[in-house]
Amino acid sequence: METNEPLVRVRNLKKHFPIRRGIVFERTVGIVQAVDGVSYDIYRGETLGLVGESGCGKSTIGRTMLGLYPPTAGSVNIAGIEVTTARGAQMRLLRRKAQMIFQDPFASLNPRWTVSAIVGEPLRIHNLEPDRQRRDERVKELLELVGLSGRHVNRFPHEFSGGQRQRIGIARALASNPDFIVCDEPIAALDVSIQAQVVNLLEDLQTQLGLTYLFIAHDLSMVRHICDRVAVMYLGGLVELAASDVLYEHPLHPYTQALLSAVPVADPKVARKRQRIVLQGDVPSPINPPPGCRFHTRCPIAQPHCAQVVPEWRQAQPDHWVACHEVEPKQGF
Amino acid sequence: MKQDPALLNVHDLQVRFHTPEGTIYAVNGISFHIAEGEAVAVVGESGSGKSVCMMSLLGLIPIPPGEIVSGTAVFLERDLLKLPEKELELVRGRDIGMIFQDPMTSLNPVLTLGRQLTEALVRHFNLTAEEARNRAIELLQLVGIPDAASRLGNYPHQFSGGMRQRVMIAMMLACNPKLLIADEPTTALDVTIQAQIVELVQEIRAKLRMSLIWITHDLGVVAGLADRVLVMYGGTIVEEADVESLYERPQHPYTLALLAALPRVHQRRQSRLKAIPGAPPHLILELTGCPFAPRCEFVRDRCWRERPLLQPVSPTQKTACFVNPHTGEERA
Ligand SMILES: Nc1ncnc2c1ncn2[C@@H]1O[C@H](COP(=O)(O)OP(=O)(O)O)[C@@H](O)[C@H]1O
Ligand SMILES: Nc1ncnc2c1ncn2[C@@H]1O[C@H](COP(=O)(O)OP(=O)(O)O)[C@@H](O)[C@H]1O
Ligand SMILES: [Mg+2]
Ligand SMILES: [Mg+2]
Repeated sequence: METNEPLVRVRNLKKHFPIRRGIVFERTVGIVQAVDGVSYDIYRGETLGLVGESGCGKSTIGRTMLGLYPPTAGSVNIAGIEVTTARGAQMRLLRRKAQMIFQDPFASLNPRWTVSAIVGEPLRIHNLEPDRQRRDERVKELLELVGLSGRHVNRFPHEFSGGQRQRIGIARALASNPDFIVCDEPIAALDVSIQAQVVNLLEDLQTQLGLTYLFIAHDLSMVRHICDRVAVMYLGGLVELAASDVLYEHPLHPYTQALLSAVPVADPKVARKRQRIVLQGDVPSPINPPPGCRFHTRCPIAQPHCAQVVPEWRQAQPDHWVACHEVEPKQGF
Repeated sequence: MKQDPALLNVHDLQVRFHTPEGTIYAVNGISFHIAEGEAVAVVGESGSGKSVCMMSLLGLIPIPPGEIVSGTAVFLERDLLKLPEKELELVRGRDIGMIFQDPMTSLNPVLTLGRQLTEALVRHFNLTAEEARNRAIELLQLVGIPDAASRLGNYPHQFSGGMRQRVMIAMMLACNPKLLIADEPTTALDVTIQAQIVELVQEIRAKLRMSLIWITHDLGVVAGLADRVLVMYGGTIVEEADVESLYERPQHPYTLALLAALPRVHQRRQSRLKAIPGAPPHLILELTGCPFAPRCEFVRDRCWRERPLLQPVSPTQKTACFVNPHTGEERA
C-alpha cells in the first residue's frame, strides 16, 4: 500500500504551553516544551507509529498536526494544505480530510446523543449529505463498515461495550471520507481480547479505503504489528525513526534500546534470559528539560558533550533517522 | 503441582453483589492455594473477578452490596473469612501486604512520608521514634528512593507515579509480611518504570522469602514474574498452570485464544491478529455452563448446560474445559 509520496510533511514543529499563575495579574511562570522541533514525513497509505512514555508529547504532536493547537513554530503540510496557515475553505477541507480517533471516543461527546447523531455530525457540519434520509442511509453504511449493525442507530453510547464504542468512534472519523487519521491510543482502554478486533478493523479499513495513519500508542508489541515505520519520542523530541523491523531488531538510540528491553515478553523462556537495560530515575520535566541531548541525564553511554550540544536529527543509515552523538553512521554512507 | 505447604488455601469462594440493577455474580466458586515463597499471577480481563476475589479474602469489599456466599480461606491455620474485623485488620497490617494500581488510595495525602512510615513501624514493632526513623530510611533505600533521609519530610504528591509505587512498597515492607498481594500495581505506569518495579519486587521477594499474588491483565508481565498462573474468566478460574506449561501448551480455549491474539515484540509481523469474537460476560446471570461458551470455537452443546470444573490434565496443569483445544476432542 505504501508509496514513496509523502502525504504529510512535518518540519521543525514546536508546541510550547505557557504556564500562567495569578488571577488579577496573570503572568507566565514557565513554559512546557511539549513538542520541541520534530521533523518527519508520513507516506501515503502507510502507518507511522509514534511511541514514547506518557507526557513525552505524543498527543500534542497529533493535535498540533491537525491544527487543533496553534503551533509555536514549524510547519505541517497535509495533502498540500499548509496546516499552520490554513484559513477558510482550506481549513474546512483539512477538517474533512484529516481526522482523529481517541482512547475514549465519547469523552468529548454529549452522552445524550444517539449513535446516529454522533456518526452523522461530521456529515452535517461539512454539509456532505444535506438530505436527512440520505444522511441516515450513510450512517447505516458507516456502521456496517465498522462491523456494527445498522439497527444500532437509535441507541446511546452507554449501551455499548468498550470495543463497540471504539467502532462508533471510528465510524464517526470515517464519515467525512478522510485521507489521514491520527489514532491516539485507540486500543489502550480495551481488553486484550478486544484490542485485536479493533486493530484488525483499522487494518482492513486502511486497505479498503487507502487510509494513512499516525498510530500513537505505548504498547510496543502492537505497534510493531500494525506499523510500517515507527518514530520514538522522548521529552518533546524524536530520538529515532525507522522501518518497524529495523527499529525493533537494530535500534540505534540508547533510549530506544532501553525502551524495547523493558517491554514484557509473553514467553517465560525469553523473559528469563533477557538482558534489561534499566534506566535510572524518572523522565525529567518538560518545563526545564536538560540542555544538550535531553536524554543525557539517564543515558548509559552519555559523554560530556552530550550535556552541551543538541544532537542533530540525521540519517545514520538510509531512512534510519536518529538524534544521538554517539551513534556512528554506517561505513560508506 | 508444587507440594510445599500452603500458606493460603482458598476453597469454593463465591462472592455476589446485590445492586439495584440485579445481582452480579462476581466470583463463582474459586479454589486455589499459594505455597510459601511462591509467586502466583492472577490473569484475566477487566471484570473477570480478580480484585473482588482477593479483596474479599481480606474483608475489603463493601458488605452490602457485597455478599460472600460461600468459601473458606485458610491462612496460617485460620479462616480469614471467619475472623472478626479487629483480627483481620492485624492480618492486613502485618501478615499480608497490599499494593494497588493507584498508590494514592493507600497513602495519606496530608501526612509526610516519614510520619506514615514510622507510625506503622512504631505500631507494629514497638520501635522507638529514633529506631523507626532509621528503619524507615533503610526501607526507602531498599526500594531505590534516592536521598531517602531528606525525602522523609515530603508529602505523597511530591513523588512521581513510579516513586509513589516504590513508597507503597516500602510501607508494605515496613510490616515484613509473609504474603504480598499486588493488584495491577504497574498498569498505570510506563514500561520502563514497570520494569523497575517488577525488578524491585522480585529482588525483595528473593531477599525476604515472601509469597506473592500479582493480579494483572498483561500476559507479558506474568511470563517474567510468576511461578504459577491462575487464568480467570467470568468469575471463575479456567486454567491453572506453572508458567512454562501455560505459555508452551495452554489447555483452555480461552488461554489459547488470548495468547494467539497477542502480537509479539520479538517477531516480525506474520499475519492478521487472531481476534476473539464477542465480548466478556456481564455476570448478571448465574452461571449455568461455561462462561466462555459464547465466544469459544470448540463449544459443544453441554458447555451451555454444564459447568466444567477445574480438573488436572497433567502434574503441572489444570483446566476447566470439556474439550482438548489441541485435538478438538472431548476429554475423557
Ligand atoms: N493544554 C495543555 N496545557 C499545558 N500543558 C500541556 C497541555 N497539553 C499537554 N501539556 C503538557 O505537555 C506535555 C506533553 O503532553 P502530551 O502530549 O499529552 O503527552 P503524551 O500524549 O505523550 O502522554 C506534558 O508535560 C503535558 O503535561
Ligand atoms: N462494590 C461493587 N458493587 C457492585 N459490583 C461490583 C463491586 N465491585 C466489583 N463489582 C463487580 O464485580 C465484578 C468483578 O470485578 P473485579 O473483581 O473488580 O474485576 P477485575 O479486578 O478482574 O477487573 C465486576 O462485574 C464488577 O463490576
Ligand atoms: Mg497522550
Ligand atoms: Mg481489578
